[in-house]
Amino acid sequence: MSIPGVSEMTSPGTPLAPGHAPDRSGDPVLEIRGLCVDYGFGDDAVHAVADCDLTLGRGRVLGLAGESGSGKSTLAMAAIRLLRSPGVITGGEVLFHPRPASDGEPATTMDLLAAGEEQLRAVRWSEIAIVLQSALNALNPVSTIGAQFDELLATHRPGLGRASRRDRAGDLLELVGMTPERLRSYPHEMSGGMRQRAMIAMALALDPQVMILDEPTTALDVVTQREILEELMGLRDRLGFAALFITHDLSLLVEFADDIAVMYAGRLMERAPAASLFRAPRLPYTYGLLHCFPPMHGERYRMEGIPGSPPDLRDLPPGCAFHPRCQWAMPQCRQDVPKLEPLAGSPREVACWLHRGKATAPPELKLPDPAVTRPRTAPVIDTSAERAV
Amino acid sequence: MRALLRRLGVYLLAAWVAVTVSFLLPRVVPGNPVAGAIARAQSSGICNAYCVKAIEEQLGFNVHTSLWLQYVQYLGNLVHGNLGFSWSENAPVTSLIASYLPWTLGLLGVATILSFIGGTVIGVIMAWRRGSFLDWLLPAATFFQAIPYFFLALVLVLIFGETGSMLKWFPSLYGYDIYGVDPGMNLPYIASIIGHAVLPALTVILASMGGFILSMRNQMITTMDEDFVLVARAKGLHTGKVVWYAARNALLPCVSNFSVAISLVVAGQILVEIVFNYPGIGYHLYGALGALDYTLVQGIFVVITLVVLAANLLADTVYVLIDPRARLEA
Repeated sequence: MSIPGVSEMTSPGTPLAPGHAPDRSGDPVLEIRGLCVDYGFGDDAVHAVADCDLTLGRGRVLGLAGESGSGKSTLAMAAIRLLRSPGVITGGEVLFHPRPASDGEPATTMDLLAAGEEQLRAVRWSEIAIVLQSALNALNPVSTIGAQFDELLATHRPGLGRASRRDRAGDLLELVGMTPERLRSYPHEMSGGMRQRAMIAMALALDPQVMILDEPTTALDVVTQREILEELMGLRDRLGFAALFITHDLSLLVEFADDIAVMYAGRLMERAPAASLFRAPRLPYTYGLLHCFPPMHGERYRMEGIPGSPPDLRDLPPGCAFHPRCQWAMPQCRQDVPKLEPLAGSPREVACWLHRGKATAPPELKLPDPAVTRPRTAPVIDTSAERAV
Repeated sequence: MRALLRRLGVYLLAAWVAVTVSFLLPRVVPGNPVAGAIARAQSSGICNAYCVKAIEEQLGFNVHTSLWLQYVQYLGNLVHGNLGFSWSENAPVTSLIASYLPWTLGLLGVATILSFIGGTVIGVIMAWRRGSFLDWLLPAATFFQAIPYFFLALVLVLIFGETGSMLKWFPSLYGYDIYGVDPGMNLPYIASIIGHAVLPALTVILASMGGFILSMRNQMITTMDEDFVLVARAKGLHTGKVVWYAARNALLPCVSNFSVAISLVVAGQILVEIVFNYPGIGYHLYGALGALDYTLVQGIFVVITLVVLAANLLADTVYVLIDPRARLEA
């Protein structure tokens, strides 16, 4: 497979100028189908992820939101076969569609869950890169940033010489707003924001098609968080990678994601274009999450929050896992598990009995879809106010 | 560099304390060495005032000068490498120790290095292959870690030693064949040394390796759950590289544990030398204690302390070299 983008990189002035137009077709690049993950074996097993379907479109940003322990990270890590023990994948498939070759020949799809270790190794980082929450823990503490770049490039691009590997690493650092001198630094010598930038630069090193961003900014302060997110999204627009953005901060996703999926107790409960989900949620849980954030402007009103606490995965309630906390719960919710199904007449999916059959959804969950879906460009957010703080 | 210099300062302080304690100890315990030496002299004849003075001079114990002056004199002697005169061996302590030390250092050095390297490698493999058949090593390592050195030595002598009653594979007395070979740079002598070192070294290795295995394995298991190891896998690095990522980081606490372990190994080796009549420092310390040869005991104490401190300093230096974070601490 050719490496468009990175290979053309020559000077800092034209960093990562893609040799191809970023593909935003939205064709699936990563398809998760019926993924089930357990922690532990046998009767004691905890079903951390149950029967999840998720499709990441080429060049799109898919947000995955949910409370701690809802299974977001487990879902993502299982999909790329990086699950930590004692996690076990018990079912499903994860299809990765490589970029079509330059001659237009479609590349063969690969099931990551069925792939062998060597096949996986070839896809890892060169096609699917990850950025984790804490870059201090994600960077090897005993070697310099430069050495870590070097190792990566030497493994995946054996044709490159030592000098060109160093040049490329320097260019990548400049791409995320760092000086190439930083290659000589150890992770502990840099600030949290810089480490995360270095990590992002490293993730971009092989021009991957998919980035798994697992709470990439949660450990940073809000100003740095904003800077890094904008950096990331700007890079996404230039390079055209698709991103699976995992966070518990729904308000963050609304600004940066194209689509948002909401997870609860190991199941995907609602999936919709970001603006639709934000302005007109269909799921009581999403509604509750959105009403946890006070608006900056407008009338004062009493915050509701979601009553109760997240369920114990070892002892899930029967039916819909959210029903004990749901103000609109019906008898059916206590018996049957709702499936994630498309909602008639809209590009969204929801797993809720309120929107099925003869049930009538409360007016809060029937707000009209916002007329125009926001155009997918780099978010234009004025950060000058925040920077001045 | 600053971190190392600071460490060096700490070690100098520790060395001074050790030297001072080994000066004070024979002077505060009941039964002073001079009285003992006079009693011995009198048992073989008359010891008059000149004889007493001669003994005091020889032992460096002048009861008529103040403790402080004795201390200053002792330190002065020490700086010049003069540790006094051993009456039981009838030779200067310094030259005696110089002849014992190579045996001890050779055995200790080879055994500890083999044990540390072997234990670390086994620990890494055990952690990486957790849940495989290698897990039976775990109770074995715990067992060998708990077993006292001298007991293990006796068991090995019994099973493998020539003086034992079973296999008689290896010699189990002295540092070389004192009846059969000529000391010097000749092959039979060197071969004899190696043959005689097998069982004592095996004892030290077996008894100390368990601790190294367990600490490396446990560190490794913790480290393998770290994010950077996950990222190493996500980067598609070869498995060997991923293991190295984890092992390289798990090694750091093990190297600092080594400083603690080395003093236990030295203490254990003293007993091992006694069991095998191995002509090192430990064996002669035992002899000197039996003969109430205080000067020799004192000298050996000082040297053992310095050896342990030197090993600690070495471990610290290695630590600073392999952990970039330690270089900044100041």
